[in-house]
This record gives sequence, C-alpha cells and structure tokens, in this order.
Amino acid sequence: MDPNKVKNSTCTCSEEVNEEQLYTQLDSIIEAHRNKDGALIPVLQATQNLFGYLPEKALKTISKALNKPYSEVAGVVGFYSYFSTSPKGKHTIRVCMGTACYVRGGQEVLKALMDELDVSVCETTEDRKFTLEIGRCFGACGLAPVVMVDDETFQSVKPSKVREILDQYA
Amino acid sequence: MITVHINTIPVQVKQGSTILQAAQKAGIKIPTLCHVENTLPKGACRVCLVQVEGARGLVASCSAPATDGMRITTNSRQVRDARKFVVELLVSEHCGDCKTCVRNHDCELQQMAFEMGVESITYAGETLTTEKDESTYALVRDAGKCIKCRRCLDVCNEIQGVGSLFAQGRGFETRIGPAFDAQLDEVVCVQCGQCSAVCPVGAITEKEHIDYVWEALDNPEKLVVVQTAPAIRAALGECFGYEPGTLVTGKMTTALRHLGFDGVFDTNFTADLTIMEEGTELLLRLKKALVDKQQVALPQYSSCSPGWIKYVEYFYPDMLDHISTCKSPQQMFGALAKTYYAEKVGKDPKDIVVVSVMPCTAKKFECARPEMNDSGFKDVDYVLTTRELGRMIQQAGIDFKALPDSEMDIPMGLGSGAADIFANTGGVMEAAVRTAYEIVTGRELPLENLHVEPIMGLEGVKKASLKIERTLPEWSFLEGVELKVGVAHGLSNAKKIIEATRAGEEFHFIEVMTCPGGCIGGGGQPRFTTDAVRKKRIAAIYQEDEGKEMRKSHLNPQVMQLYQEFLGEPVSHKSHSLLHTKYVSRN
Repeated sequence: MDPNKVKNSTCTCSEEVNEEQLYTQLDSIIEAHRNKDGALIPVLQATQNLFGYLPEKALKTISKALNKPYSEVAGVVGFYSYFSTSPKGKHTIRVCMGTACYVRGGQEVLKALMDELDVSVCETTEDRKFTLEIGRCFGACGLAPVVMVDDETFQSVKPSKVREILDQYA
Repeated sequence: MITVHINTIPVQVKQGSTILQAAQKAGIKIPTLCHVENTLPKGACRVCLVQVEGARGLVASCSAPATDGMRITTNSRQVRDARKFVVELLVSEHCGDCKTCVRNHDCELQQMAFEMGVESITYAGETLTTEKDESTYALVRDAGKCIKCRRCLDVCNEIQGVGSLFAQGRGFETRIGPAFDAQLDEVVCVQCGQCSAVCPVGAITEKEHIDYVWEALDNPEKLVVVQTAPAIRAALGECFGYEPGTLVTGKMTTALRHLGFDGVFDTNFTADLTIMEEGTELLLRLKKALVDKQQVALPQYSSCSPGWIKYVEYFYPDMLDHISTCKSPQQMFGALAKTYYAEKVGKDPKDIVVVSVMPCTAKKFECARPEMNDSGFKDVDYVLTTRELGRMIQQAGIDFKALPDSEMDIPMGLGSGAADIFANTGGVMEAAVRTAYEIVTGRELPLENLHVEPIMGLEGVKKASLKIERTLPEWSFLEGVELKVGVAHGLSNAKKIIEATRAGEEFHFIEVMTCPGGCIGGGGQPRFTTDAVRKKRIAAIYQEDEGKEMRKSHLNPQVMQLYQEFLGEPVSHKSHSLLHTKYVSRN
C-alpha cells in the first residue's frame, strides 16, 4: 500500500474519524506489508500519516503483527526524528528560528507562545488544539520574525500580538 | 578453501570466513568488544580494525569477509594507534570507577585499556550518567557503564528470541534497554542473564545476594544450609584460575564449610527426586492417553529451568498444561529443607535459611515467585551465582587451590550420576530415560555407557526415539510404544521445537534448558562462556557421572529414605503439596 494514499484517504479532512476505524485501517496497512523484508519503517510511516503520530497501542499492534520485539520497534521510532510518539494538536504552530527571525525577536515570540499555551517546544496543549514547534528558516526573511500556523504565514510578529493570532483559531 | 595472508603468513580458511576468524586460525588475537560467536557480525565497537591491502581506510575485521589472496596486517603502527584511539574514546565516556566496580579484574574494557597502553583520559569530555535499573529480582543495569557494544541485545534477540533489549535513541544519547526506557520488570524479560554473561563491562550484572548471605551466616540464631547445582562444580574453578572443565566438587564443599554453612547439601539430591516425580508424572500422562483414552496434554515439557518457564508464560500461555508440574530441583530442595530436614534436626523452619548456588540468574527470580512458599516460609531465601560464590570465597580469604576435598552432608547431600548431567543440555532427558526405561522394563537402559547419544552435544534441537519392549506386567500398556523425546537449549531453539509440535511432529517428552549448552552455560557462570568452554564443562560433567557407582536416580538411597520417612511415594498427596506447582499466564 502506498503510504501517501493512506494520508489522502484520512487526516487531511476535518471530519472526525473514530478510533476503531483508524485501527481497521492500520490492519490493512500491516496486511499490505506482512512477510515483506524491511516492512517496519514503511508501516511506521503510514501509521504516522494515519494517526498524526504513533500511539502506543498502534506500536504494540505493529510489533505483534510484524513479529518484531517491541524494544526494536521503539528503537526505530526513537532513532528517526521524523517519528513522533506524542499526539499532535489540531493546529501546528511553527516559529522560525532562522538567523533573520532570531535577531529580529523570534526568541521572544517563541517565549510568548510558550507562556500563552503553557507548553514547551514540541509539546501539545492539553486541549489538543495546538502543537508548538520551531523551524529553521522558512525562506521569508524579509518578513521576520515569522510564525506559521498550519499553512498560513504571519509576518513581523510581536510578542504582544501572539494572543490575537491564536484567537483566530479558537 | 581460500588463502589469505595475515602479516605475510599464508593461512587457509573456509570461504565465507571473516577476517577475524582467519586471524584466529593464524594464532592472532584481534581485540573486540562487540563480537559474540553464534550471532551475526555487527561491527559496533570498532576495536577490531585491521589494515587490508588495497582497501580505503581500516577495516572492521569482525564483519569483513576474507577473500582469496587478501593481504591483511594486524599489527602496524596505524592499526595499533587506531585501536587505542577507539578504546580511549570508550573509556572517556564510560562512567564508572574500576576500583569499586563489580567487574574489577573481570572487565574487558579495563583489560583492553591496559593492553593497549591507555594510561590517561586523553579526551576528557562529557561522560554518561549512572542510571540504575534494579527493578527485577535477577539483574541490575547501569546505563553509565554501557559501551553500546550490543552484545546483550544480540543474545536476547537472536539466541533467546525474547527481545527485551534494543538500542533506543541515537548518537551519544543512545541507550541499550527496553522500549521507551521502561524498566526491565515492565517488559518481557525471562531474567536468564545471558546479557550479563556477555556484557564486556559492568553495565548488566546479577543482583547480588552476597551481603544477605553473610548476614545470615553471622547470625547465631540461624541454621544456614546451602545447596549447589550440578553445573557449579564444573565451572567454579575458573574463578580461581583453573582451566574450564576442571571438576572442583570436593574443594567447593570444603570452601562452603569454611564460609560457615551449617549444612552443605547437593541440588543433585533433588535432581534425583525430580526424576522420580517428573518421570512418574510422564508415565501417568501416557497411561491416561493410552489406557484411559483421556484427553491429556502431551508432549510433557521439563520444568527445571525458570527462564524457560517464564518464556512459556509470556509467549505460549496456552501450553502451560504441557509443562511438568514439578518444581525445579532448587525449589524442591528449599521446600524439603524447611519441612523434612527441619523435622529431622528439630529446628523451627523460621530459623532455617536456605541458600542456593546456581549457574543462573533466573533462579533469583524463581525463588521470589509468590507460590514458592509451600513449606510455610520462603522455600529458598537467597541465590548466589557461581560468580558470587567465587567472590565470597575470595572475601573470606580462602586459598581455594590449597583446599582438601570433602564430602557433602547427609541427608540431602547425595546425588547420582544422572543428577550430575542435569547440568547440560540433554542431561535431564537422559536421566529420565535411564530411570523410566528401567522402571517400565525391569532392565537397564541398553545403551553404551547409559548415554543417549543423539541428544548429547551442542546441536540446538535434538531428537531421539526408543522402542519399549518386554515391559513388566504393570506397564504392559507401553509395550511396543516408540518413546519420542526432544531436547532444545537456547530459547530460540525452544521456539523451533514448539512450532514443530504444533505442525504435527510427535513427541512424548521434551527437555528445554534456557541457556545455550544448558546450565553449564548459564547466565551466572564465570565469564567468558564460548562453545569451546561449554564443551569442556560438559565433558567434565559426564566425567563426574561416569565416575560414580550410582548413575540412576531411582537408586539414590537418600531419596528412597525420603519417600519412606516423609513423602510416601512419587506424586503422593504430600509430594504434590510440597514439590509441585502451577504457572501463570503473563500474556
């Protein structure tokens, strides 16, 4: 199964998909890779696309189904920074820490977001609305400091304007 | 065969050999901290570097195949400098103080640093942090000392098929351990301790009981008795510089008296008892199947090896009724020491302390199982590994080599030759066959030297069959039956034989020992156990067996006396309540 197809068939839509359906889809991902060498990484990629992250229950299912020790599955997940075991929020906020944004106050913007949301970098708010991340240069240095929320770009962000941006996603 | 040149000297080796193997054949010792025989090469530690003509840079000899005409240099300045550099880097991040480390004088990194002339910390930088996992009964892990050689995860995954350990994270942050940094008791681990047997440093060791045992020995209120497993006598000598496979039964007995034990007994005594109980259990199962035509769980599997028991509880919980209900010899001994023996010596069992010396770390887990208290007390209080006993003897200032031999005490210090061979793969089965055949036919097992040849040796899965003819009248239901037995050692081999039975292959009785080679290769044995060492220890055990007049369990007079005075008969109500147990699903 092509991992991209899984992505297209779920996740990008805003409809609520219940957990049971997701695990049914996980079963078909596994089925498509069963008994193939090197199946673990493609299965993990497709699973992350499906759930948005790698939940413990899904990892245990994969470990059993592919007959790989759970320690090995966890080892692979931990090795690649691409994989994440913490749930993502509905919206991903990325604060640019590239040189231009950094010198024009990106650090203070990040601090303000951390305070507003009460999370650290790479964490998700308790209501699962926002995940806070940092990035290295979005290629919009003239607009520094830049913050992206999902696909939308906010320019010349000041710490005092942070609340205003968040409110748009309330 | 191909020819390679090691330091200009031509050597013939098999196609497919690694450079490391070729060098060994040429009498050159290439240092390595990660290689373990019988597992796939991994090239993790980078110490085994050699120079190969025409190759770019140095080559890791453990994972590079030797090719015909290859010219290899193992001792150039470049090679020596590179190896030393690698060891310096390992030493620089290692967080441990040799003087106070349990592996002092038994540490491969320490030895290698010495051999390579590492005399100062050249690259003082960030070191690892000591983080101890003491969650299990058997093992202690210390992440600060780990050099990430990955031997432990190879034995856990490839040899044992358990998979508790793997590399987590990456780079300097890499930890070797369970998934998501869980503690060992939170994950599937059978506590066999093979990881602690191959660890080159002090990152995985047995959980010591030495101080508890000293405390008991120092307490005048306590009567402290000790039992030693059959595998100890063929390995303990290695702690004192003897060649592997030197029998030290008599010196060990004397040393235990010097340590202050009030009774020095033999697990061989309860190994013989196990044969009586487990053999009777098998014959009863066969009778149910053949005469009463009842549904009964066959094949019966042996139950002496606590790592194997835990493995079944995790991976094959639907098979628990196939496992003999007999406790292991260690636990039978404990239950009897605090009942039968307590009565005999007129001592309140609460004041009796039972210490075991075992080649095994899983025995520390086994004695702590909540069901192992049928005497009304914890049946076995403390378990020392062979290595721990070696250390206690050193702590006591005993000159082991100078000790005279002595005999074990009565009434639980006598074992047959059949009990000795419990120490090695195939031995429990051979002991059972010697007795069962004679009980059923009234004749001695008609095999040369009483050995069942096809189940001897280090082959992972072994099989034998034996036709039973001219039975005694009460066993006539077995007339003409082809008794089929199987033997596996190393849990990945146990899995193979289980899968074979599930695919329809017929067996009546299967022996499984958790560790490669059986108990002589246990996780608590002196380091380092290779196949060559296993063979020597096994040869010593057979020598012990063959040197005895009494080589069959049912002829052990102390066991007969136990039945007469105390238990009645095998699988009696009393023996059931003291010597048999049940298992739990851990799925």
